[in-house]
Amino acid sequence: MNSLWPQLEPLLPHVQKPARYIGCEDGMQTPTHGPGIVSWLLTYPDTYEIGLPNQGLQILYEIINERPDGAAERSYAPWTDMEAVIRRERIPLFSVDTHRAGGDFDIIAFNLSAELTYTNLVNCIDLAGVPIHSSHRADSDPLIGVGGHCTYNPEPIADFVDFVVLGDGEEAVGDITELVREWKVAGKNSGTREGLLRELSKLPGVYVPSMYEVEYDGAFLAGVTPRYADVPATIEKRTVADLGEWPYPKNQLVPMTEVVHDRLSVEVFRGCTRGCRFCQAGMITRPVRERPAEQVSRMISEGLQRTGYDEVALTSLSTADFSGIEGVVKHAVSDKGTDQISVALPSLRVDAFTVGIAAEIQRARRTGLTFAPEAGSWRMRQVINKLIREEDLYGAVESAFSQGWRRMKLYFLTGLPTETDEDTLGIAELARNCVKLGKTHKSSASVTVSVGGFVPKPFTPFQWFGQNTESELQRKIGLLRDDTRRSKGVQLKWHDPKATLAEGITSRGDRRLGPVIEYVWRNGGTFQEWSEHFSYELWLEGMAANDCDVDWYVHRHRTEDEVLPWDHLSAGLHKDFLWQDWRDALDELGLEDCRWTPCYDCGACTGYGIEHRVASATPPAGGSQGTGVDLSTGGSVPVVLQPRPKIDAGAVGS
Amino acid sequence: MKNDNVKLRIRFDKHGKIRFTSHRDVARIWERTLRRASLPVAYSEGFSPRPKLSFGLALSTGHESDAEYLDIELDPDRTDLAMDLESLATELSGHLPVGMHVTDMAFVDRRTPSLQESVTSCIWQIDVIDVDADTVACAVARALAAEDLVVTRERKGKQVTDDLRPLVLSLDVIGPIEADDTGTVAGVRLLAELGTQPRAVRVAELLAALDPPLTERRVVRLHQWITNDDTAERSDPLSAAASPAPAGAM
Repeated sequence: MNSLWPQLEPLLPHVQKPARYIGCEDGMQTPTHGPGIVSWLLTYPDTYEIGLPNQGLQILYEIINERPDGAAERSYAPWTDMEAVIRRERIPLFSVDTHRAGGDFDIIAFNLSAELTYTNLVNCIDLAGVPIHSSHRADSDPLIGVGGHCTYNPEPIADFVDFVVLGDGEEAVGDITELVREWKVAGKNSGTREGLLRELSKLPGVYVPSMYEVEYDGAFLAGVTPRYADVPATIEKRTVADLGEWPYPKNQLVPMTEVVHDRLSVEVFRGCTRGCRFCQAGMITRPVRERPAEQVSRMISEGLQRTGYDEVALTSLSTADFSGIEGVVKHAVSDKGTDQISVALPSLRVDAFTVGIAAEIQRARRTGLTFAPEAGSWRMRQVINKLIREEDLYGAVESAFSQGWRRMKLYFLTGLPTETDEDTLGIAELARNCVKLGKTHKSSASVTVSVGGFVPKPFTPFQWFGQNTESELQRKIGLLRDDTRRSKGVQLKWHDPKATLAEGITSRGDRRLGPVIEYVWRNGGTFQEWSEHFSYELWLEGMAANDCDVDWYVHRHRTEDEVLPWDHLSAGLHKDFLWQDWRDALDELGLEDCRWTPCYDCGACTGYGIEHRVASATPPAGGSQGTGVDLSTGGSVPVVLQPRPKIDAGAVGS
Repeated sequence: MKNDNVKLRIRFDKHGKIRFTSHRDVARIWERTLRRASLPVAYSEGFSPRPKLSFGLALSTGHESDAEYLDIELDPDRTDLAMDLESLATELSGHLPVGMHVTDMAFVDRRTPSLQESVTSCIWQIDVIDVDADTVACAVARALAAEDLVVTRERKGKQVTDDLRPLVLSLDVIGPIEADDTGTVAGVRLLAELGTQPRAVRVAELLAALDPPLTERRVVRLHQWITNDDTAERSDPLSAAASPAPAGAM
């Protein structure tokens, strides 16, 4: 149980960025371990710089450490140079808090936010000295758990994990701690691990893959069914009803070395009801739960004072939609008097109202502004239900350039359902028009267009869609490159379509993908999120070596009756709602934000007996979606809004 | 541009795990520390206003120090020149990470030359490992007897040749060191005074230039000195800049 620090210390001068491995953050805890205390190693399977700011991990870190029977420390994937050093010196994966060996923890729990980190997950398990396959683990081995957005389809990694937590982790970690404590106190006796896993599988929101049998019908999945009668057939996600009861992190970690998002973060709401059909986060985190505005303000002022940061990010899936946004922003910028505090809104809605807020808060640094119209034509935006009119975008752009911004970044997806070349080229046209608007204010005005290939995700209306092939995505990016080559002020950036393919393999795969992930890992394919380490060839080889057909897994449209690998899991959304929304998408029908309109019965509220919890009964000003603004004046194709017949009108109380 | 900012010079140390942070990391640590202490730091003008902090010679990542210095410009309208610097030092130390403390501070004349241009030498305690005392003694003697210690380094893509010898002001073998509680092998301790003008010699550079080259283990900067050209007297950056305090201060 000794600290590995004495062994690590002399090695650190020989690796890049040694401060990644020292801990020492402001807010770091050094918990006590002991026989009646369940120890968690919360691990982010990517570098310290990427993983440290992760709010989910920090929230659980505090909640577990507040428990008298819990102790939580943190770990991050060692960079390749450090991995080589610790493997050579036979030092295992370690926590950064007290430099304790990974194998000494009762639970190693990973946050999975991106599919391409799966090989790092396997690598970290291996570095901890734990068998990578759950079936090979002994009673004394740590339990391997995972949570985060990727776990809505955990089947590709089912072989490697002992348990999966679906949805919000705040309450689930407590339930798990209690069961594991009983088991630990009883001595983790030989042959009892299976029994513990079976008990864990009965906890709400906890999925234990080994408790389920998978049957296939030829290439197709026939079903994933419980092996025992007391194991639930469907696992529902966990949902925290009131964010106001969970003001975490209370002591956000302040790292001693630079990380991404090196600033205070305050989560203003969870969930999103805009209904963008490509967006998994928006679908799986419903309903909307806003943090009370005064709590947000308090978390901002106390957090800034405690951390010494001069920047705070108000995080959510669409922060301008927070009903208390204006008051919170005014409070934040006025609170510190003459000091230079800036407020970042990482997810901006596209309209002039948003720019007004941004102008209020970016007094200090007015450099760049980012919008995500996602698609280049109104038709395409109706398909994906991102109902931004060109007027909205141009209004926002005009407003931004006239208020002193000089650069703008626009995010788009390509490879969307029904996308034509006209839609794709609409991206370039939009960008050129934005530059034109900017040039009337500033001759140096520029617009960066960032294009990503679309990967269909589980629990979205697009889960049935066959992803565009790598060559088709390359062709579309080529179209945009040709078209913007002579467009002054437009800079085009794009995500590697090969990485998009690898993400597509893991996004909707089943358990037969486990050996593929293992193949990529065994052949050195870690850090697949990093372009310098990403290996397209390894993924294709791994698929071929395990008789997995890329076209079948990635490029094939699914049919309504197909059993999907995540059908035994539930994010609260009715499958027929998603299917209907998919049909509506193909019919180019938009769907209004349901917070201030009648319920479409997606299932997220009614199924869990909870409701959207908003700080204000009226929609925020501005914006065209869900605010009663007449959408029919939008583009050339009028939008038809089609409220769904309410199946259970009584439950929603609209 | 009018500038009547008040200048505060701080000495601090850096030991333990935190020594693995870089010079830039330390700058960010200080920016946050000063905001937490609500010190009225002056900001630069322009698009991205930055707090006016000026650090002395960079300390290599991994090296420890008893003598780091930092100059801070404060907004004169919001600065209480009569403030108790001792309690401020305690407060700042409380906000700094474990392993860093303020060890002294004073108001200095705002025209005081910057640390970068005024510091003339640093004293280093250098522990070298994987080597016996005789080899170290020979390497040191050879270096001191040599007329020059030529090193080649890359600067802006070009090969530059420097002679380190004039900047090695002293180099002494203190003696063997015992294996410490970290279980590392024993080594030999050196004490060096290395010049910093026109450029600062880095410890790693010196060790690499010795014959045979030596491997560092623990390196501590013990002092930074300013030598007066005329009197040859040396003083530390705080006493060198000690000025009659601005009206009524201290």
